[in-house]
Amino acid sequence: MITQRVDFRKNSKEALENPKLGKALVNFTDRSRAARGRAVGEVSSWEDFRREAREIKKDVIDNLAGYLVELEKSVTRAGGRVHWAEDSSQAREIILGIARENGVSRVVKSKSMATEEIGLNGYLKENGIETVETDLGEYIVQLSDDHPFHIITPAIHKTKDDISKLFSEKLGVPEYDDPQDLTNVARKRLREKFLSADMGVSGVNFAVAETGTIAIVENEGNARLSTTLPDIHVALMGIEKIVPKFEQLSVFLSLLARSATGQKSSTYVSLITGPRKDGEKDGPGQFHLVFLDNGRSDIAKSRETRESLYCIRCGACINICPVYRQVGGHSYGWVYSGPIGAVITPQLNDLEKTADLPFASSLCGACRDVCPVKIDFPHVLLSLREKAVEKARGGRKATKIPEKLAFFLWGIVFSNPVLYRIAGKILVRLQRFHKKDRELEKLPYPFSKWTAEKNFPAFSGKPFRERWKEKNLTGKGGG
Amino acid sequence: MPSQEKKERILLFVTCLVDNFFPEVGEAAADVISNMGFEVVFPEKQTCCAQPAFNSGYRHDAARVARHFLDVFDLGNEPIVCPSGSCAAMVKNCYSELFRDDPERLEQAERIRSNIYEFSEFVFDRGGLPVSDSGYRGRVTFHDSCHALRELGVRSQPRELLRSLEGVELVEMEMADACCGFGGTFSLKYPEVSASMLGEKTDSILASGADAVVSTDMGCLMNIRGLVSRKKLPLKVFHLAEILASGGER
Repeated sequence: MITQRVDFRKNSKEALENPKLGKALVNFTDRSRAARGRAVGEVSSWEDFRREAREIKKDVIDNLAGYLVELEKSVTRAGGRVHWAEDSSQAREIILGIARENGVSRVVKSKSMATEEIGLNGYLKENGIETVETDLGEYIVQLSDDHPFHIITPAIHKTKDDISKLFSEKLGVPEYDDPQDLTNVARKRLREKFLSADMGVSGVNFAVAETGTIAIVENEGNARLSTTLPDIHVALMGIEKIVPKFEQLSVFLSLLARSATGQKSSTYVSLITGPRKDGEKDGPGQFHLVFLDNGRSDIAKSRETRESLYCIRCGACINICPVYRQVGGHSYGWVYSGPIGAVITPQLNDLEKTADLPFASSLCGACRDVCPVKIDFPHVLLSLREKAVEKARGGRKATKIPEKLAFFLWGIVFSNPVLYRIAGKILVRLQRFHKKDRELEKLPYPFSKWTAEKNFPAFSGKPFRERWKEKNLTGKGGG
Repeated sequence: MPSQEKKERILLFVTCLVDNFFPEVGEAAADVISNMGFEVVFPEKQTCCAQPAFNSGYRHDAARVARHFLDVFDLGNEPIVCPSGSCAAMVKNCYSELFRDDPERLEQAERIRSNIYEFSEFVFDRGGLPVSDSGYRGRVTFHDSCHALRELGVRSQPRELLRSLEGVELVEMEMADACCGFGGTFSLKYPEVSASMLGEKTDSILASGADAVVSTDMGCLMNIRGLVSRKKLPLKVFHLAEILASGGER
């Protein structure tokens, strides 16, 4: 939950002042865009896949309650247990409860944005349970007391040197230069944790309602270890993660791998249906699936924005976003960043505290083009902007008064051709104090924010409508 | 021109930016369309498409201006041509959302949305230029304005028009379809991010080796031009209509 206002301008300015970060962002976004482009280009029916996936998600969100009940039945039938969490604190308590009941002292975790969302690591730690992130990127993030920078690649803001120093400082190893050596350090440490953990916590990429199967995709094998070695497996899923039928998984797995990392398939795809059965040798003895609502059912009720829940968390929108490319993940102030962050964060948190985010977009729409489920990001953002303004109107946000007044006056002037003409003439007069050639180099607030960086055009001494009149080419004159 | 011939009429929506800041672009657009054999009508009471308020979340104020637009332009079934993809997209794709609770206006908006065209799509799709030389000489690169490209699907038309001209060499820049950072009020809310995006864009334009950048939207172009002139970059900045009409000599 976000408790302090997200100040996107302040955050983004800080990010822009860090040249090392800027370089890392350009490299990373260039690479992932190219990889996605190649992988998508190989599939001639890509557009059909997108359409099909969108239709399936639409059906799921339109009938969410029914599918959740079906999923619960299927999981129970397979020997698992389902828990319903209305919000973050319930989800945390449920997971802590399972740990307490079983005397758990160490938890291994695979990468899960839902667990980031509820702040699970900190909570378990407060309650005396050690939690270890086992995805390499997440492990780095956890060691440096940081937050993920990206939902798929959480540590892209760290350079090799950063990691070398971090490992040396926190793990007491030499400052290795070779990435292979660094990976081996993590591998060795994590192996010990896997073998001694009492409980594994994972997220869920997809949950199949008809069979109760959850799908987890990854590239390191750590999720498979986390979900099979400890005797208890707890999976936390946002309630939108449902896929109705098992056979529908194939289209989603392909869309996800290609969109996220440009792979044909993720290296590991684990399909888990309940706990270890009688006679089976592998797998945990207990399987728990936690349904996390945390505001999602409210989103499902909104006609304008419910498609935000179609998201399969591939990150393609983030990788293509020109805003993210400049400012990176932390500017968005929470777990989710880029376009999906701008869309989902204000809906899962207090809109007043997160009102900057729907505006943190130039509405260029590149995200919509690459989204595997065709979320219409610009229009969802526009709808959230409307809600943010409504909310500010209802509240007592003094900072919003000048803007409100400006748009009110703008509306009056621009809906009245006479006032519009007069206003133009007044501004032409006023601008002569600022004019240089045909441009203005310095303007008063708020336009000073523009002229700090670049020139603003001057009003033309003779606007188009006057020139047109002079040429006597008005409406009737043409024949 | 023969006055007895009944020419097809088009309504020119120049946009508030062109009207007040870049009238030469409006004149160029009118010349091009009129040279194609159309009668160009300029409804004088026009102001703005209402996008600034709509994009900022002020729908009530936006609706006031959009109603005015509908009153001015709902004159029949004539094509409305606009030298800005963003403004055309506002009318085409956002009015129905803006008037979702106003059945009367909604009907009007639905009627008008099939009549509105972005300048380059209108010119190309209605037969292209009647001339093969506009007098412009130089190497140009084309910047896709986001809304023309992604809201209206205009990608090939402006390029084809540029290619059809002798004396114009079109070179593609890297990431021609990346946003220039304008985004309307975005550029005022987050000026540093906007400027950073613009810096990448002008770098990419310069790296293409072109001596001029061309686009179809004065929003993008005033943004790009603002940095070009502030930094005195060796680059000319034109609306497509200026190249097509008279070689950007205005």
